Amino acid sequence: MSEVMGLKAKLGLDVFKPDTEPHIRIKPGMEKDPRLKKAVLVCPAGLYTLNDAGEVEFTIDGCLECGTCRLACGIEVLEWNYPSGGAGVQFRFG
Amino acid sequence: MEVEKFDAIIVGAGLAGLAAAYTLAQEGLEVLVLERGDYAGAKNVTGGRLYLNPIRDMFPDLWKKAPLERFIAREEVAIVAKERSLTMSYCGEDLRQEPYQSYSILRAKFDRWLAKQAERKGAMLVTKSRVDDVIIDNGQVVGVIAGGEELHADVVIACDGVMSLVAEKAGLRKPGNPRDFAVGFKEVIELDPTVIEDRFGLNGNEGAARLYMGEVTKGKFGGGFLYTNKESLSLGIVVGIKDLMEGEQVQAPSLLDDFKQRPEVASLIRGGQTVEYSAHVIPEGGLKALTKLYGNGILVAGDAAGLSMNIGVTVRGMEYAMASGYLAAQAVLKAREAGQYSASQLAVYELLLKDSFVMKDFQNFKDAPAALDNPRFFTVYPEMITTMMSELYAVGAGPKERIYPTLKKHLTIRELWDMLGDLRKVRKI
Repeated sequence: MSEVMGLKAKLGLDVFKPDTEPHIRIKPGMEKDPRLKKAVLVCPAGLYTLNDAGEVEFTIDGCLECGTCRLACGIEVLEWNYPSGGAGVQFRFG
Repeated sequence: MEVEKFDAIIVGAGLAGLAAAYTLAQEGLEVLVLERGDYAGAKNVTGGRLYLNPIRDMFPDLWKKAPLERFIAREEVAIVAKERSLTMSYCGEDLRQEPYQSYSILRAKFDRWLAKQAERKGAMLVTKSRVDDVIIDNGQVVGVIAGGEELHADVVIACDGVMSLVAEKAGLRKPGNPRDFAVGFKEVIELDPTVIEDRFGLNGNEGAARLYMGEVTKGKFGGGFLYTNKESLSLGIVVGIKDLMEGEQVQAPSLLDDFKQRPEVASLIRGGQTVEYSAHVIPEGGLKALTKLYGNGILVAGDAAGLSMNIGVTVRGMEYAMASGYLAAQAVLKAREAGQYSASQLAVYELLLKDSFVMKDFQNFKDAPAALDNPRFFTVYPEMITTMMSELYAVGAGPKERIYPTLKKHLTIRELWDMLGDLRKVRKI
């Protein structure tokens, strides 16, 4: 148990079904908004990262649909919805 | 052409939605449950455990065959400091006597089964269906839009979970304040049942629940949890979203990684295989943060209404979800009798909740969120208590100091004064 399992490996254990388009998007022009930076800390799947230009980047792959980013950042900076029916994470244990 | 119209449309096949569907279908109503996951439970996460006593009689036929994991026979709490910890374990005959008061559960399994029971009663479950909007006619919710299709009903019950976009669209709630929510994330770690039983000192189907407070959340509001399932452990962290956004910068996932590395935890999960990683937001704002519970043609139940509560020693949500689903169903039955579904008629739901353990709990514990939101519980006290333990047990090369002075030196006037202040607030819980 000494080696820590990386987040990618952890998320790799989950069942994800593809969607036609990302269900969460950073609103255009909001990449540097301070509210968005909170997502880097709060996302349990680590999907938000800060790049060298000081912009927040986001990838939808591995989204657990927990809702934390919507609460932490707000819907002024994020376009936020659930994935389409039958898409996204499908928990086998939950 | 006459549009097909259901007696009730329930959004979300979680515990609130399924409890409502089960109850209404049992009374012969035509109920449609819309679930965006592949199956009921596919999007749902618990810590977790379900307390049965408050809801046992609402669903008398349900429990015998329910796919519950282990009944909790051991209640443990670990106070965790940077380098030390103190674990208390309570076991008593009360926990070992049937009917057992609480069980560990896994939602994908439990919800799927519950959905089947609701279907058996006649409810119609449509999975892979996301509700995108509510249909409002003359100020009255008269249905929903899912997959581009308009679906009509006398009443809609929003059971779409903590973020409830349905209640938001119906104007019953706003996106919410991070202060009123926590995020939980956990791993399900498979282990051989005999290993689980040996490690936790359990016999047969007994289970253990352990909460960890202190350093596990780096002093932030929250804690760690461990529940034994039949063939796995649920191990995770819950942390207040506002605390996560402020103060010491900590990335949420690292809290769980560090937690797993703690010697108190590492030895318990050794050899286990992580099989799933999940996360979910939890409403923890208490009474003040509850949403509007009803409107014209709509009711809100479960997490969607904010019905989940952390009072430190117990963290509960699922029985509030099931009870509120059941009571929402009762309100619908009354509205049906009255032949109208206006807000003033559906207000009976709030009365039913107030008359039940649900609102009584929320009323009794209305000060818990403020009282528990005290960083000293997560930093000062764990360090103090475990340092005292360390000194009590220490035997050095020289003579051992007397016990009373050893303890007393930690309890300065200043410290006692602060403790008194904390105690005053905690007395409200």
